[in-house]
This record gives sequence, structure tokens and C-alpha cells, in this order.
Amino acid sequence: MRFAAIRTTLILLALASAPAGALEAYKVVGDAIPASLGGRIGDASRGRALVLDRTQGNCLICHHVPEPNEPFQGTIGPGLAGVGARLDAGQLRLRLVDAGLLNPQTVMPPYFRIEGLRDVAPAFRDRPALNAQEIEDVVTYLASLRTP
Amino acid sequence: MTSAGRALAAVLLALASPAFAEEIKPGSAFLSPQMQRQQEDQGRNPGYLWVEQGEDLFSRRDGTTPTCLSCHADPKQSLRGAAARYPQVDANSGKLINLEGRIEQCRIDRQKQPAFGYESQELLGLTAYVASLSRGLPLSVSAEGAARPFYEAGRAFYERRQGQLNLACTQCHDGLVGQKLRGDTISHGVGTGYPAYRLEWNGLGSLHRRLRACSLGVRATQFDYGSDDYLALELYLAVRAKGLALEAPGLRR
Ligand code: HEC
Ligand code: HEC
Repeated sequence: MRFAAIRTTLILLALASAPAGALEAYKVVGDAIPASLGGRIGDASRGRALVLDRTQGNCLICHHVPEPNEPFQGTIGPGLAGVGARLDAGQLRLRLVDAGLLNPQTVMPPYFRIEGLRDVAPAFRDRPALNAQEIEDVVTYLASLRTP
Repeated sequence: MTSAGRALAAVLLALASPAFAEEIKPGSAFLSPQMQRQQEDQGRNPGYLWVEQGEDLFSRRDGTTPTCLSCHADPKQSLRGAAARYPQVDANSGKLINLEGRIEQCRIDRQKQPAFGYESQELLGLTAYVASLSRGLPLSVSAEGAARPFYEAGRAFYERRQGQLNLACTQCHDGLVGQKLRGDTISHGVGTGYPAYRLEWNGLGSLHRRLRACSLGVRATQFDYGSDDYLALELYLAVRAKGLALEAPGLRR
């Protein structure tokens, strides 16, 4: 009984916080988005999985992460070892959400943006590459990479 | 002129000449030395299996219609250089066509046979065979006259960001040449090796198949084989690669 009630509340909460078609609002302060998206709490191990997965973050086509068992990592973006010591969570969040806000010429894809994109493949249309929870998971994972 | 003046003039000249802009290299320049040698060795480049099949088809008779050979006698001479001039605007229809399109046109209009279809083994074989007759010759595709609007459309396609990853062709194939994208080394993205045998495909594929892979890579719409969008892009890539030697059938990872 109590379980079912809690589940219903959670489902209602999820529906309320994610109106169809719109992304959670965020506020940019300096070069950071200090508050977590939609108040979500990230999980580092889920974040790590998202970063490595080719159909999700697919970050390794461009970046190097401290994962000795991952062959063929990219050299396009900066190496991410120690990135958690260079940037705080708010700075990491902004760079994931939309790195173009800092550098309009950037190669880094906007992972939490659906506006202003063109010719998006049908399977990826009208949803961000990573949702709010996934962004928070990846931010938490990146923040844990403290050794250069 | 003083020697310092002459040196300065030489530097200014070098800066002004287009050769100073980064030189576009063929896809094979980014392969390992072993794969480069394999591509050049007809006995070890699997693409030549398709060339041989294409050569057979070239003289095969379907029903009572003329063979390719009846119109193009001595193809090693008569069709040498042909592939290096495609895509081009077809004078009759005003449409842009590539080598595949011209072969299908001969098949339908002159041989009165049903089209082979893009990416069929027959069309790949014939395209590879005709392209191989221009191997080593410099690309000489025109962007002038009737081709101009197609060229402009292809350039706009090449330069605009697209897909969920919001990347333009130029960001990878001009901005990141030589960098590693996963296991691949990014090249200048020219089509001079196509149709090419790709290890990942375990077979021969057209340039449009490769373009579809890049579109998918940035999570963008994949246009159809032979679509106007990819034809215009193919023209732009060919003009951008002007003077580079044709190297089909290429060998790729
Ligand atoms: C297509 C290439 C590409 C992909 C895919 C990519 N990045 Fe990036 N990333 C870059 C580039 C290039 C930069 C440098 C940004 C700039 O200079 O504007 C960058 C910058 C960053 C930064 C800032 C690093 C610093 O030291 O300032 C972080 C953090 C980051 N990326 C994380 C990620 C994560 C996590 C993913 C996947 C979810 C990812 N990137 C996917 C290319 C990419
Ligand atoms: C995120 C990076 C990226 C983007 C964007 C991209 N490509 Fe590529 N492309 C690659 C990689 C990696 C390869 C395989 C290695 C190579 O040959 O360059 C490749 C291969 C190619 C090739 C084959 C080259 C050869 O000799 O085998 C062509 C042609 C090409 N790309 C054209 C394009 C065009 C046109 C676009 C835009 C519609 C585009 N690419 C967008 C990364 C990209």
C-alpha cells in the first residue's frame, strides 16, 4: 500500500517536472550553471556508463578518459583525466549542456539543447542527446576525475 | 632589390599563392603503409574483384540489346578519363548526374533494360570498372556554368552544422584532419577512392554509402542514395579535390 502510494507520487512528480517538449530551465552564472538541472542528483557510476556508451554520450570518439581497458579513444577534445580538479560541477554542467554558449565555434556537441539544430535524424529528433538526469550523472562522474 | 627585400617578396608571394593554403590529400594518405601498398596491388586489393565483374558485365549481352562494349569500343582508351569528369550536368535533362547515374542512364535509355539500382552489385561493379580506367588521372570536375548552382548547394551542405551532434563536414574534414576519432584518423574527406572496399563493410560501397555513414555519425538525416543533396555534395567534394589522382577502387578501414 505505502509503496504504491510512494510510486504514484514519484510518477506524478516526474510528469510535473517534465512538460512535454520542453527542457528543464537553467540559469547561467559566469561560465557555469551552478544549480543541478531540475534538482536531480547525479550518480557517478551511471555517468561513467553514459560516457563510455556509443549510443548515448559517445564521448570517447573525441575525448580520452582514464580507462585503460578502453581502446581507440579520440584526440579531438581535451583529455578528461583531472577535469574534476580543473572545473567545478557548475562549470562542467555548462560545458555539457551547451559548450557553444562559451565558444560559438566549438566542436563539442550541445548535449542538452533541442533548439537551433538542423536535419536531426528522426530517431534523435525533439529530445536532447542527454536528459536532465543523465547530465547530472555525467557531471558527477566528471567531477570525480581528480587525478591529472 | 636588397636580399632582405627579395626574401620579403618571396614570403609575400608564398602567402598570396593558393598553394600556401593547406594541401588536400587523398584518403589513402591517412592509411597505414601496409594498407597503402595493398590498395595499389591489384592482386591483393579486394576492390578489383568488383572491377573484374564490371568488366564482364561491360561486354555481356542482355537479350537483343547492344552491350556497353558495342557503343564504347576499346574502353581502355575511349573511357579513359571519363570518371574524372563526374559529377556533371546532363545536357538533356539539366540535372546533375554522377558516374552511377550515367551508367544507369545508358542502361535504361540505350540498352532498354531495367535499372540495376543504386548499391546493387552490378552497378557497383560497372562503376568500379569504369572508374578504374581513370585510375591515376587528375580529377577535373567543373563548377562553372550550369554546374554552378549545384556546386553552391554542395558547399552550403558541407559548411552547415547538422544533426543532434551539431557538426559540419568542414569541422572534421578541414578543422580536425589528422586527429583520431575513435580508431579512425580523420582525412580531408574527399571521394577520390570510391567506390571503395571498406573492411567495416566487408565489401565494396559507393561514395553515397560513405556519406550516409558520416551523416549517421553526427545523428543527422541520412539522405537517399543518389539524392539531390548527396549529388551536390559529391560535386563540391570533387571540385575541392581538383587535380588529385583518382584512386578507385580504394581500400579503407
Ligand atoms: C565531436 C567531438 C566531441 C564530443 C563527441 C564530445 N566532446 Fe567534449 N569537447 C570537445 C572539444 C573540441 C572541447 C573543447 C571545447 C572548446 O574549445 O570549445 C570539449 C570540451 C569538453 C569539456 C571541457 C574540458 C576542459 O578541460 O575545459 C568537457 C568537460 C567535455 N568536453 C566533456 C565531454 C563529455 C562528457 C562528452 C560526452 C557526453 C563529450 N565531451 C563529447 C569535443 C567533443
Ligand atoms: C565528427 C566527425 C565527422 C564529420 C562531422 C563528418 N565526417 Fe566524414 N569522416 C569522418 C571519419 C572519422 C572518416 C573516416 C576516416 C577518413 O577517411 O577520414 C570520414 C570519412 C569520410 C569520407 C571518406 C574519405 C575516404 O577517403 O575514405 C568522406 C568522403 C567524408 N568523410 C565526407 C564527409 C562529408 C561530406 C561530411 C558532411 C556531410 C562529413 N564527412 C562529416 C568523420 C566525420
